[in-house]
Amino acid sequence: MTIQKLLIANRGEIAVRIIRAARELGIATVQVYSKADKDSLAVRLADQSIEIGPPQASKSYLNQATILAAAGTTGADAIHPGYGFLAENAEFAAAVEAAGLIFVGPTAQSIRLMGDKVAAREAAQAAGVPTVPGSAGRLESADAAFALVEKTGFPVMIKAAAGGGGRGIRIARSAEEFHHLMPQARAEALAAFGDGGLYVEKLIEGARHIEVQILGDGRDVIHCFERECSLQRRRQKVWEEAPSPSLTPAVRDRLCSSAVALAKAVDYRGAGTLEYLYDDRSHEFYFLEMNTRIQVEHPVTEMVTGIDLVCEMIRIAGGEPLRIRQDQVRVRGHSIEVRINAEDPAKGFLPSPGTINALSVPSGEGVRFDSMLYQGYTVPPFYDSLLGKLIVHDVDRPRAIRRLERALAELSVEGLATTRPLHQALARDPDVQAARFHTAWLEPWLENHASSLGTAAPSPTAKVAQ
Amino acid sequence: MATQQIFSPLPGIFYRKPAPDKPDYKSDGDTITEHDTIGLIEVMKSFNEVKAGAAGKILRFLAENEEAIMAGQPIAEIDV
Repeated sequence: MTIQKLLIANRGEIAVRIIRAARELGIATVQVYSKADKDSLAVRLADQSIEIGPPQASKSYLNQATILAAAGTTGADAIHPGYGFLAENAEFAAAVEAAGLIFVGPTAQSIRLMGDKVAAREAAQAAGVPTVPGSAGRLESADAAFALVEKTGFPVMIKAAAGGGGRGIRIARSAEEFHHLMPQARAEALAAFGDGGLYVEKLIEGARHIEVQILGDGRDVIHCFERECSLQRRRQKVWEEAPSPSLTPAVRDRLCSSAVALAKAVDYRGAGTLEYLYDDRSHEFYFLEMNTRIQVEHPVTEMVTGIDLVCEMIRIAGGEPLRIRQDQVRVRGHSIEVRINAEDPAKGFLPSPGTINALSVPSGEGVRFDSMLYQGYTVPPFYDSLLGKLIVHDVDRPRAIRRLERALAELSVEGLATTRPLHQALARDPDVQAARFHTAWLEPWLENHASSLGTAAPSPTAKVAQ
Repeated sequence: MATQQIFSPLPGIFYRKPAPDKPDYKSDGDTITEHDTIGLIEVMKSFNEVKAGAAGKILRFLAENEEAIMAGQPIAEIDV
């Protein structure tokens, strides 16, 4: 059952990451690519590559039949979906298995269960994991909604059941506001989505985003501690770290145990992440959702635990049991990852595709750069803007931030704009240094600092180094 | 009357309509003003409106819906 040849159904930096893990395991790799990715680093690194269609993701990386056919043509016996694209598509996971291949991830059933907000919430509650107080499903009457908010207390969010990505959300801070906003929200949801279904959730103001990495083999589950990803722009994480700077040991223990309990309850297989909101005043945490895949920010966990998560998920998919016991998982030091995107922070994060004329990559002690870049590479405009991730590790958080500044000063990507100046400004910010932030902290900060994000101020670390 | 082309300001995927279930912004033969939106370009998952930039009459579109285009590529031909 061991995997001999792994097809990577993804692109960009994560495809490179998976090829490296497979190679270290002695597994041959097949990289699928769209016409726009013919010259990608993943294609260059893989043992074999095969074109699967035009640039549009809907006609290439999301085309299940073509990807399965590519696996057949190349003789791959397993498919790694990476993140995004088909990674959390239950139908695809089932089709891969039906074709007699291994899907490097959980069962289609787990993906389906955790992909359904209401079912995931019910599974969490059944496993004793706290969820955000609110309606378990859609509310059909204003009376039922009001009876519920009397119990949860204010403020509450009124969300459209058919909405998503922050659309159709209203906040009520009192009963009066609630009675005023509820009919408006219903009318708006009906107009925007053709569905007036609403649900109501308590708003946890000033909450942090904390997530727990787990690994399961279908029987046992361990956790690899948590990451904090509170610095977000438009619900996209920009800076992630491990461990969270805001948990006490007792809360950390309860949080990680709750993640294991939920993953065990669903017999989880592979790498997964349980996302929570954390209120650092009340020390309460609330389960949000589970991501049934490897995540962009997985390296910070690897840096502090020494566990190669991508290797472990491939081994588990190949039929091996978990090789690590819970008492062997320890956190050493502190790790921070920043996302280097092809976006211009000085121009409202305008996308910036283009050709890499010159590239200097940081290195040295405690520095890792996971990217899809090489000198001369042309970043295509068709996919997301993530070029790579700069990850640092050091003995504690203040030193990790110093190391991050040092590494950012060494990083140079010429030919397009990147988010490097943003991370340099964040690393110098007193609130970031003191970890005084929450999920709604970054956006107002960006408005106040827009002018300083164009060209980076001289780095103090660089001066010390001279 | 002179024929003029409208060029794509950005590389990406060109869309002739605001959403898959909506009608096209403009059709061949339509009269347009400078500020009219004639299409959308998706660049790295962000959507940017393409303005006509000149008033006139659309002779024909040169880029199809959902076509991958380069910056500077002609999208439409207009009579100004």
